[in-house]
Amino acid sequence: MTTRTLSTRSGPVRVWALGGGRISVLIRPRTVRCAVILIVTVLALALLATAFGTRWLPLSEVVSGLTGRADSTVNLTVREFRLPRVVVAVLVGIALGTSGAITQSLSRNPLGSPDVLGVVNGASAGAVVVMLAAGGSTVGAGGASAALSRVGVPLGAVAGALLSAAIVLGIASCRFGALPATHRVVLVGVICNAVFLGLVQWGLTIGDVDQAAKAAVFLAGSLHGRGWEHVVGVGIAVALLLPLAMLLKRSLDALQLGDDTAVMLGVRVSRIRLGLFIVAFALAGTAVAAAGAVSFVALLAPQLARRIAPSAGTPLLASALIGAVLLLAADLIARHLVPGTELPAGAVTALVGAPALLFLLLRMGERR
Amino acid sequence: MTTVSRTSASGTTATGWSATGRLTASALALAVGVVAVSAVGLMLGSRALPLTDVLAALAGQDSGDASIIVWDQRLPRTLLGLLVGAALGIGGAVAQGLTRNALADPGLLGVSAGAALAIVIGTFTFGITALAPQLVLGIVGATAAGAAVLLLGTRSSIAATPQGFALIGVAISAILGSIASTLVLLDANTLDEYRFWLVGSLAGRGTSTLTAVAPVILVGIALALGCSRLLDGLALGDDAAQALGVGLRRARILAGTAVIVLTGAAVAAAGPIAFVGLAVPHAARALSGPRASWLLPFSGALGAVLLVTADVLGRIISRPSELQAGVVTALVGAPVALLLITRARSGGAV
Repeated sequence: MTTRTLSTRSGPVRVWALGGGRISVLIRPRTVRCAVILIVTVLALALLATAFGTRWLPLSEVVSGLTGRADSTVNLTVREFRLPRVVVAVLVGIALGTSGAITQSLSRNPLGSPDVLGVVNGASAGAVVVMLAAGGSTVGAGGASAALSRVGVPLGAVAGALLSAAIVLGIASCRFGALPATHRVVLVGVICNAVFLGLVQWGLTIGDVDQAAKAAVFLAGSLHGRGWEHVVGVGIAVALLLPLAMLLKRSLDALQLGDDTAVMLGVRVSRIRLGLFIVAFALAGTAVAAAGAVSFVALLAPQLARRIAPSAGTPLLASALIGAVLLLAADLIARHLVPGTELPAGAVTALVGAPALLFLLLRMGERR
Repeated sequence: MTTVSRTSASGTTATGWSATGRLTASALALAVGVVAVSAVGLMLGSRALPLTDVLAALAGQDSGDASIIVWDQRLPRTLLGLLVGAALGIGGAVAQGLTRNALADPGLLGVSAGAALAIVIGTFTFGITALAPQLVLGIVGATAAGAAVLLLGTRSSIAATPQGFALIGVAISAILGSIASTLVLLDANTLDEYRFWLVGSLAGRGTSTLTAVAPVILVGIALALGCSRLLDGLALGDDAAQALGVGLRRARILAGTAVIVLTGAAVAAAGPIAFVGLAVPHAARALSGPRASWLLPFSGALGAVLLVTADVLGRIISRPSELQAGVVTALVGAPVALLLITRARSGGAV
C-alpha cells in the first residue's frame, strides 16, 4: 500500500493506492478531522441531554441506567424517557440535514431546502387536518381523540408528505416549456408549498385556541414526550436512505457541473435526479412525522457544513451531523430557557443555528 | 393586434406574434383585468350592488346605503387590495432580481419576520389587538429588521455575492421568527391574535389604513421602477454588471430599500400574504420576459388582480363570514401560476 499527498483547492488530499494502484481511495484529512469532531460533539451533547432533565443525573448513574444496572426509577428515566428523545433528536437532525444538503445541491440554491419545496408543509397540512378532526369539541371524547392524535398525527404527516411529493414530482415530470428539469421541480415545489402553507394557516384559524396551540407546537417542531415508537419510522428511513444518499453522492456532485457534463460522466441524469429528490423528500417527511415541522435545520445545516467542513462536493455527512448537533443543542436549550415551561425544540433551532451562520458569514465573507 | 411581423429581431413566437405585440397584448389584458376586478370588488360583497348603483355612488349622485357601502367600505378595501397586491408583486420581483434567486420572496430581507415579531411583542407585553397600533408596530418592526439585513448584507465582504446577501436575510429572519414563535407558544392570547394576523387579510382595514400606507407604497413602487435598469444589469452577473457601470453596493442598497419599503407597508397593512410575492413574479415573467422594465409593472398588475380577486372570492364563498384573502390567494393563484409557467416558451431565468 502506498500513500501520496496531493494538494487541491479545498485542502490537501491523501491518496491511498492499494493492490499496486488498481484501487485507490481518496481521503481528505480535513474532512475526516471535521467528521470526528462532529461525531464527538453529537455524543457529548447526547450524553448531556440524557443527564439533564427535571432531575440531574450524574454521569455514573447515566451509564448504569443505560446498561440497566441502576435502580428502577433511574433505569426507567434513562431508558424509556430520555434516551428515546435523544435518539429521535439525532435521527431527525440527520434526516433533515441530509435532505437539505441534497435539495440545496440539486437546486444549486442555498434557499432550496425541503421546507420551501412543499414536502414539509404538505406533511404539516396532513397533521393539522388530523388534529382538527381529532380535537373534537369537548373533553368527553378524550380517550378516542388522544389515541387518534398520538397515532393519527404522524400518519397524517406521512400521508401529507407522500401526497405533496407525488404532486410536486408528478407535475414537474411533465416536460413543459423550455425549463430545465430541476427548475421545474423548484418552481412547482414553491407554488405547491404556498398552497399547503395557506391550508395550514387557515387550519390554524378555524379551530379553537387549544387546537391552534397544539398545532402550533407541532408546526414549531417538538421532541416532547417522544418515545421509542417515534424512533421506528425515522430510524428506518435514515438507516436505508442515508447510505443510499452516500452511494449517490458521486452522481449528485456530477450533477453540480450541469446536466450535459453529468451525462458525459456517465450519470443517468433524469433517473438519478428523481431518485435523489425522492430520497430527500422521504427523509424530510419521516422527520416531520416524528418531531413536527422543525424549521431551519434543513436550511442551516448544509450551509454551516459548507463553511465549517469545506469540501469539493456536497457535504452530506457533515450536514447530517450538524443537523443532529443543532437539534440536540436546541432541545437542551428549549427545556431550560424558560423556567417552568418546556418550549418546543424547533422554536429554538434557529436561535442556535442562525447566529452561527451569521458569525461565519460576517467573519469569512462570501467566497466567489 | 394580430400583425405578423417576421422582421422582429427578437424572434417571433409560435403563434406568429412579434415579441412586442405579445407584450402589448399582455399589458392590455392586465390593464383590463385591473379595471375589471376593481369594478367587481366594488359591486360584490355581503350585499351585491348593481354596477349602475356603484357608478352613481361614485359620482356622488346617490346618498343612500349604496353610497355609504361604496365610499366607506368597498372603495378603500379595493384600493388597499390593489396597492398591497402590487407592492408584494413588485417587491417579490425586485427581491428575486436583487438576490438573483428564484426562491427569494419579499420577506427574505427580514421584513415579514420583523413585522411579525413587533406585532407579537405588542400583543404579548401590552395586549395590543387593535388594527391601528398593529399597523404602526408592523411598520416599525419591518423597518428595523430590513435595515439590519441591509446594513449587514451590503458590507463589502458579503456583498461580493448575492448569495451571501440572501443568507444574511434568512439568518436574521430565522432569529426573529424564532423569538416570535417562542412568545406565541408561551401565551394563548398572543397565539389567538397572531394566528389570524398570520394568514393575511384585507377585512376591516378602512380608509385610515389606506391613507397611512398608500403614500409609502407609491414611493416604493417609484423607487423600484427606478431600479429596473440596475436590476437588468445585476441579472447579467456581478462582473458584467460592473463592466456596464452598475455599482453593486449602490444597486443592492437601492433595490433592497425598495423591497423593504414595499413589503413593510404591505405586510403591516394586510399581514404576510406569502404567495403573491413569491409566485407572482414567476407567472409575470412568463408573460413579460426577463426585462425588469416590463417585469416589474407586470408583476405589480398581476399581484393586484390576484389579491383583489382572492379578496372578493373570500367575501362571497362563505357568506356571511369571510375567508381570509391570504388563504384564497394561494388556492386561486397556484393553478393560474402553474398554468402560466408551464405554457411559457422562454420559461424565464431562474
